[in-house]
Amino acid sequence: MSEVFTKSMARNIYYGGSLFFILLFLALTFDTDGTLPKRDNRAALTEQVALGKKVWEENDCIGCHTLLGEGAYFAPELGNVYKRFGNSTAAIVGFIKGRPPEGIPGRRSMPQFNLSDEELEAVAAFLKYASEIDTANWPPNIQG
Amino acid sequence: MQYRSQAVAKPYFIAAIGLFVGQILFGLVMGLQYVWGDFLFPEIPFNVARMVHTNLLIVWLLFGFMGAAYYLVPEESERELHSPGLAILLFWVFLIAGALTILGYLLVPYAGLAKLTGNDLLPTMGREFLEQPTITKIGIVIVALGFLYNIGLTILGGRKTVVNLVLLTGLTGLALLFLFAFYNPDNLVKDKFYWWWVVHLWVEGVWELILGSILAFVLIKVTGVDREVIEKWLYVIIAMTLITGIIGTGHHYYWIGTPEYWQWWGSIFSAMEPIPFFMMTVFAFNMVNRRRREHPNKAAVLWALGTAVMAFLGAGVWGFLHTLAPVNYYTHGTQITAAHGHMAFYGAYVMIVLTMISYAMPILRGQEASDERSQVLEMWSFWLMTVSMVFITLFLTGAGILQVWLQRYSTDPIPFMAAQEKIAIFYWLREIAGVVFLIGLVLYVVSFFVKGGRPAMASAADTA
Ligand code: HEC
Ligand code: HEM
Ligand code: HEM
Ligand SMILES: [Fe+2]
Repeated sequence: MSEVFTKSMARNIYYGGSLFFILLFLALTFDTDGTLPKRDNRAALTEQVALGKKVWEENDCIGCHTLLGEGAYFAPELGNVYKRFGNSTAAIVGFIKGRPPEGIPGRRSMPQFNLSDEELEAVAAFLKYASEIDTANWPPNIQG
Repeated sequence: MQYRSQAVAKPYFIAAIGLFVGQILFGLVMGLQYVWGDFLFPEIPFNVARMVHTNLLIVWLLFGFMGAAYYLVPEESERELHSPGLAILLFWVFLIAGALTILGYLLVPYAGLAKLTGNDLLPTMGREFLEQPTITKIGIVIVALGFLYNIGLTILGGRKTVVNLVLLTGLTGLALLFLFAFYNPDNLVKDKFYWWWVVHLWVEGVWELILGSILAFVLIKVTGVDREVIEKWLYVIIAMTLITGIIGTGHHYYWIGTPEYWQWWGSIFSAMEPIPFFMMTVFAFNMVNRRRREHPNKAAVLWALGTAVMAFLGAGVWGFLHTLAPVNYYTHGTQITAAHGHMAFYGAYVMIVLTMISYAMPILRGQEASDERSQVLEMWSFWLMTVSMVFITLFLTGAGILQVWLQRYSTDPIPFMAAQEKIAIFYWLREIAGVVFLIGLVLYVVSFFVKGGRPAMASAADTA
């Protein structure tokens, strides 16, 4: 780079540019926060759903599954599993409960977590809540 | 070595390499589980192997960054480190906390670990990359504070170079953004929104400052090009990083319940994120072409150029591939993401740490550069690891394209598990490439113990 473009000009672009875009990002964050109530299904955020999120986290479900497309790519997307299972929390509970402790020979296996009935209902309610977040029509189809 | 206290970098580098080996072993376990579903089940379920793999990665990169800082900061500041004792103390704290956490993952069921460590009090566990128990997270913050205090005082009390200030800004940003790991609201959308403030604003924000400054430091040393020129480049690169990368966070806000205007902000700004990576490539080659000296450490020069190329490919090209909202709609959360994640992490952050180790380790061991035989072996390991990572990326990309087609795009989409079976061949190939990667890594470790060939030119005392 030539003499016309000096180091102090480069430095000023760095400081000015960063500051400007940090502020813009904060402004967009503020605006997002204001619009979230319309999209994030917070009306459904019951105590049970909150417990379900904790069960989800404390068993590291995200370590095999994606949820709204984020997580691991080893096992099916669960953001829409409630819909895939015919809008049924009972089917989700049944699936989780029914995992064989020793796995399924040769097949990618999901652990048996030995969850209590309360925890099972809660994590299913959490997945129902997640499926009703407005995700701009993602995933493209029911297979997730 | 110009300053005695730079020696504290050495244990950091050794720990980094050791943990790197562990990371790759668990990568291979997972690679096998992908095709042999119940391998090691239920002893080591996939999710456990995955958190060991990714957390070891983050931890060894942090060891690498800290080691790099301890080496580089005194030299740039032209004074001894504020407190070498603190640096050694924090080394052991971090290593033991890290080892206990990994053992916890492996020996206790995750839910039990959550109970044991009181996750109830402040639930932060169970989110991707942030699986650590809350007390480990607090430990990380304490180590980071002690570290920043140590290098901060060194920098403020010495010569203030651009390299030093950019590095300090990057490391401070790293620590500050990590604080969002403690914010875990019940609201899933908000949880995800701020989770990216750690993950995206790290790798596509402040870590790039760290990357840029380490690269600039090594290039100053191995090319002898005028510092003024290199510093000007550094400013322009990191300016472009933050100008594009901050709003670029929007490429993660397309489908998680956030407003749809992010599809525009995210697409436009993240599409420009390859620019700083491209500039880094031009910069590195330019400086090496204009070099004023022939540094005897050929391996370090190779690593530096390799970083510049592979970071551009992994982050720039593979990032661009899936960053536009209409593309991401189909590729979101598929093997395409994994392909990009691997090459970007390897090309940018693994390679910059290995560049620094390659440059500094011989000096820390009393030579300007390693013996010729050692360097030849190191360069072999460079090619084996880098080429196999290219293949890992290509195979995952192949898997990803088919996955998208079968499961998301074709007129008759099939279930996830059915699609995975159809693309298993790519996972076998990825695993083979992974074994080659491991061989490269073993050679890398061996290269530290090989002597002979033309001896290194100068002794440590008079290296600049
Ligand atoms: C070790 C990896 C692993 C972990 C951890 C895991 N799962 Fe799974 N899960 C799987 C696999 C593999 C499948 C597909 C099983 C099959 O089709 O045979 C699956 C399937 C499912 C399904 C059915 C999805 C579908 O579309 O068919 C649900 C629901 C589910 N898991 C819920 C959970 C929940 C909730 C947790 C956390 C408590 C969890 N999983 C943790 C591996 C895992
Ligand atoms: C021996 C070679 C390796 C193999 C076989 C391997 C395998 C894997 C597998 C199977 C996953 C999980 C993917 C999933 O979630 O389903 C993974 C994740 C990951 N690995 Fe590796 N890995 C290897 C080397 C590396 C290296 C060298 C790096 C660092 C550069 C790395 C960084 C990561 C990251 C960042 C993730 C998380 C990816 C994401 O969420 O997109 N891996 N790896
Ligand atoms: C060195 C820098 C980078 C690293 C280490 C990196 C790493 C990663 C990782 C690990 C993920 C997966 C996160 C997850 O598990 O959900 C990811 C996702 C993503 N990255 Fe990068 N990245 C880098 C730079 C970039 C750049 C420059 C772009 C754009 C040009 C980009 C675009 C994306 C996109 C769009 C996703 C989301 C993928 C999805 O929807 O599933 N990345 N990145
Ligand atoms: Fe990103």
